[in-house]
Amino acid sequence: MDASPLKLEAPQANKPARKPPPAKRQWTLRGTLTKRQYALYAFLGVATPIVVWAFVNEAGIVPKMFMPGPIDVVNRFWSWIVNEGFAGDLAISVQRVSLGFLASLIIALPLGLVAGTFKPAEAFLEPAMDFIRYMPAVAFVPLMMLWCGVGENSKVAIIFVGTFFQMVLMFADDVRKVPMQQIEAAQTMGGTRREIVYKVIFPSAAPAMLTTCRITLGWAWTYLVVAEIVAANSGLGYAVLKAQRFLQTDKIFAGLIVIGCLGLIQDQLLRALHHALFPYLRRQ
Amino acid sequence: MTKAIEIKNVVKVFEGKRGSNLVLDNVSLTIEAGTFLTIVGASGCGKSTLLRIVAGLESADDGIVLIGGKPITGPGVDRAMVFQDYSLFPWLTVKQNVLFSRRLVANSHDNLALERGAEEARASRLISLVGLAASQDLYPSQLSGGMRQRIAIARALMSKPSIILMDEPFGALDAQTREVMQDLVLDVVEQEGTTIMFVTHDVEEAIYLGKRVVLMSPHPGRIDTIYDVPLPDKRDGEMRVDPQFLKLKRTVMDRIRETVGLSLDRSASRSVEAGA
Repeated sequence: MDASPLKLEAPQANKPARKPPPAKRQWTLRGTLTKRQYALYAFLGVATPIVVWAFVNEAGIVPKMFMPGPIDVVNRFWSWIVNEGFAGDLAISVQRVSLGFLASLIIALPLGLVAGTFKPAEAFLEPAMDFIRYMPAVAFVPLMMLWCGVGENSKVAIIFVGTFFQMVLMFADDVRKVPMQQIEAAQTMGGTRREIVYKVIFPSAAPAMLTTCRITLGWAWTYLVVAEIVAANSGLGYAVLKAQRFLQTDKIFAGLIVIGCLGLIQDQLLRALHHALFPYLRRQ
Repeated sequence: MTKAIEIKNVVKVFEGKRGSNLVLDNVSLTIEAGTFLTIVGASGCGKSTLLRIVAGLESADDGIVLIGGKPITGPGVDRAMVFQDYSLFPWLTVKQNVLFSRRLVANSHDNLALERGAEEARASRLISLVGLAASQDLYPSQLSGGMRQRIAIARALMSKPSIILMDEPFGALDAQTREVMQDLVLDVVEQEGTTIMFVTHDVEEAIYLGKRVVLMSPHPGRIDTIYDVPLPDKRDGEMRVDPQFLKLKRTVMDRIRETVGLSLDRSASRSVEAGA
């Protein structure tokens, strides 16, 4: 009885009715998942630590003062928004990251393009930058405060130092990965050096360069928080530091989660931009 | 017949970690306008290097290359090149790839640029000629390897070069696609009257396409033998099983093996001498 509706649907009755495919195993080597399965695992990945957190909190294993519960953190975040000037903290932090990152980008982009294209520029720039990039950006904080004071400039400068040297080297690498055949094809079509840099090398390296921006923008946030914790009287990092002084552990938690979410949102935005700018890279 | 390419006493040395390597040893070759010339030889015979020198992508350490009687100083619009793969611009559509050379200053004053609509018309004609009219708005990543090479050929033809240099253009394609592409190239050359210098490691391909086949020997790279292909100018697939075709194929393949053996003997005797 069960099989009869299936038989009616089958185009040829003499062929055996097609069985539904067996449930695919999910834990195969380099296997694939459907979107729904993926979303389920992702949800579990996010929910598990929160559940563990709530459990530890409820069980009273750790004193509330050191580890507030999820609900406490949400409540605290709400009061931060309503009463404690969250918007202002957010705005000033975003401004610092944007300025520091853009300054770095504007100078690093042409340098990386030149260093990845011309050997003398590579020799001139890369060994020196390789040296500087191994000096931790955090160690520059005292110097930047001495040079730029405790105002906005020192925070922007620290973000700049933390991202600039790496960015030049990474851009140069992106540019060097442009296939030589593309460059040579343009040469045999009569392209000048200048034309090839603008019309072949830059567009060819652009997707990789945007990915480099996405990675370095993440670092910019790290250095922002460092700068705000060491020397600031505003911003998200400062808010976290101040919360520590007043033993507001719930606000520290909220601050950390907010910074994480900002990074995630920004990463997704840049991914979307990548997708929109480079349609030819979409999987067919 | 007028001489399209004259290669005179070209020498090329690559400096490596283990001393210098003589890649081309005094190579001279003349190619008449409108000829389809193919170059075969074992790996290391310098055939690709020779092609790249003619393209102007590499310079000779000695000797000169004349194009239409004038020595070359670098790459030029009179010599287009088709590479094995990865030479298309992935961010441009098929049509934009074919039109790319038209956006360069070097081509902005030729006949094609002066006549209104001529560039678009020629691009469309070439895309149809290589059989991709339906795909002209797709990106290279949406095409198969064979289709990509068709576009590379159309793009090379766009600015009406007198010479096209091909460096194993079908080396990455499967055997069936390769035969289709060979007939396509013969077709295109017949219509455009271009001089072709075609490097391959596939002897059958060299004979099927070439009016003359140049065999180069390795270590150091020299021209070993030049064969005139005893087939009518208009080729078709049946000729691949023609006794004359097969005989020449056998001869060339045997000779390539001999040239490799010679170079092995030479290096063997060198190392014996060095040991003694």
